[in-house]
Amino acid sequence: MSNNNQITLDRDGKTIWRFLVSELKPKGKFLTPFNIISIPIMLLGLILIVIRFWKGLGSITNLTQDIPWGLWIGFDVVTGVAFAGGAYVLTFMVYILNQRKYHSIVRVTVLNGFLAYVFYAGALLLDLGRPWNVINPIIGNSFGTSSVLFLVAWHFLLYMIAELIEFSPAVAEWLGAKRARKILSSMTIAAVIFGITLSTLHQSGLGALYLMAKDKIHPLWYSEFIPIMFFVSSIFAGLSMVIFEGSISHKVFSSQISEKNHHSQKNIVIGLSKICAGAMFAYFFLQMLVFIHGQNWDLLNTPMGYWWLLEMLGFVLLPMILFFYSYRSQNITMIKVASVITMLGIILNRLNVTVIGFRWDMAIRYVPTWMELVVTLAVIFTEIWIFRWVITRMPVLRDSPSWAHDNK
Amino acid sequence: MGLNRRGFFKLLGVTGITLAVGKDAVAAPRGKNNDVEFYGILYDAARCKGCRGCEFDCADAHGLPEPLPTKEIQANRKTSDTCNTVINSYKTSKGEVFSKRQCMHCNEPACVAACLTQAMHKTTMGPVTWDGNKCMGCRYCMVSCPFDSPKFEYHSVNPKIQKCDMCFERLKTGEPPACAYNCPNEALLYGKRRDLLNEAHRRISEKPDLYIDQIYGEHAAGGTGWLYLSPVPFEELGMNNNLQQASYPALTTGFLYAVPSIFVLVPAFLLGIYQSTKNNHLNEENKDEQ
Repeated sequence: MSNNNQITLDRDGKTIWRFLVSELKPKGKFLTPFNIISIPIMLLGLILIVIRFWKGLGSITNLTQDIPWGLWIGFDVVTGVAFAGGAYVLTFMVYILNQRKYHSIVRVTVLNGFLAYVFYAGALLLDLGRPWNVINPIIGNSFGTSSVLFLVAWHFLLYMIAELIEFSPAVAEWLGAKRARKILSSMTIAAVIFGITLSTLHQSGLGALYLMAKDKIHPLWYSEFIPIMFFVSSIFAGLSMVIFEGSISHKVFSSQISEKNHHSQKNIVIGLSKICAGAMFAYFFLQMLVFIHGQNWDLLNTPMGYWWLLEMLGFVLLPMILFFYSYRSQNITMIKVASVITMLGIILNRLNVTVIGFRWDMAIRYVPTWMELVVTLAVIFTEIWIFRWVITRMPVLRDSPSWAHDNK
Repeated sequence: MGLNRRGFFKLLGVTGITLAVGKDAVAAPRGKNNDVEFYGILYDAARCKGCRGCEFDCADAHGLPEPLPTKEIQANRKTSDTCNTVINSYKTSKGEVFSKRQCMHCNEPACVAACLTQAMHKTTMGPVTWDGNKCMGCRYCMVSCPFDSPKFEYHSVNPKIQKCDMCFERLKTGEPPACAYNCPNEALLYGKRRDLLNEAHRRISEKPDLYIDQIYGEHAAGGTGWLYLSPVPFEELGMNNNLQQASYPALTTGFLYAVPSIFVLVPAFLLGIYQSTKNNHLNEENKDEQ
């Protein structure tokens, strides 16, 4: 496999073309359990997407006039982007704070973040009623600058470009393009600074989207601090995803990872769990401050109040303690458990703001159709397919080719 | 016309503020209550007999399907993607009272602030209109609107946002909106919002026993183009009387105003840390060597 990457390509393009075609072919066993589950779901999702564009949004979703945003926005976009937050946190630690020990997982995290944006922001297109006008806020005289969504849309676009630049040296190494790699690597730090700035704004911007829905969101989840909550929680949401994804990658793509990086993984995970615990403490503290200032004590003794307590105690406080404790005791398994609970908590929180707590007082509640779920799963599986395709071809988990170190 | 001292200072102040705050400052006061020459409609629930004529006129004027024939008028019908206005009937402390529902045409509409393509537009005359050539169907206007006015055609391949546009096409030719023009009971009055408020206050002071002393829409959500008079508290007409008095776009201005400063400060901050830490690993290596 590594020979493939060392191919020195001619400039005439034909060789590159042949190389790309050969790389498009699948590698490894085809009938894995993951493939057997994911392929039918992806095909079904594709059919549903065709129906959606043929018959309108109402044909496969349960959206109503009162609840215009459902699972596709609340989960795919809002939750998916929170999980992609690991990229900006890690690039901050590695490139800005210069914490070298995390360097080996930066590429895979940035790739993960980039694909998450492409697919989850891409899922936004499925939700648009008039997708042919999606270009309007980018070009022409239709700048709705007073809109938070305008900001978020632009940031998605710019951040995708920034992450692509951050990841591009890996592509150049794969193609054996030495000169291009040199140029692209030199752009990394600028892309990182730009990317972190964009992230602070659009992670919080996703929360700010809901500021005008003041009378529609349950008061335990609505406050003018939603943007800050979303930003702070994206830090540990992203890092939990990094821990979770890392523990899977180290099993599935074990052969890709060098002996040295296998060993350093433990150290990395423990370092990340410390940051998670810290960020979660800040988040929990903020939530409590907002709760006390909101003077919503009477709401606690209601079904929604119990639900809120479950989220705060079971999915923020508990994993925070687990992270802290397992950091002290160097317990990797417990860190993984904590990261999974944290991720569930993030899903819960984002859905509570966007779907469950949105119009909680309506007689007819929104429950997604099975078709919305299948499309969501299809999007996730497609992303994992692309992720796997890139991992097995480009130097993401494995070390860069030797020439890449020389021309730094 | 000479420029006297007071006028000069006024001009100086306005110029200064404009230079300092830019376009927003000029736009903002126009949205403030009572300074506006927006047009609106005054709905008098005490006069409405519930004939639903406005529903039919509205459907006719907008090419929408004719409303279902008059059966028992219900309490909680809502406008929909095929129906821009409904008349509901409520059993209240003063007997049956009717109430009309449609887009309220806020002075500072949440939907307009929410729209990222300027498809939702507050015209200078007052109506809030929708432009299909710009709209991308994201439905953020529906999420933001405190009155749930915009409705979306979920079962269309080319879905439109439907809501009352105060018959903007008619207004441009000088005709009043279809519902106000045809109302047989004079329950609907079209005019400048300022005049409508005066008229509403006049009616309240003339018949204080008939009306409650509140004009719905005078302050709610920063003021709306539609104004309501009622013989009973508005809660009894199924209306949300707890809406904030500030405009809804004001809820996001804090966030949006922070954006430019974050864009300047964060990169500078990051660059500073980067510069101060970029040689850290060299120090560590040196230490190792020593």
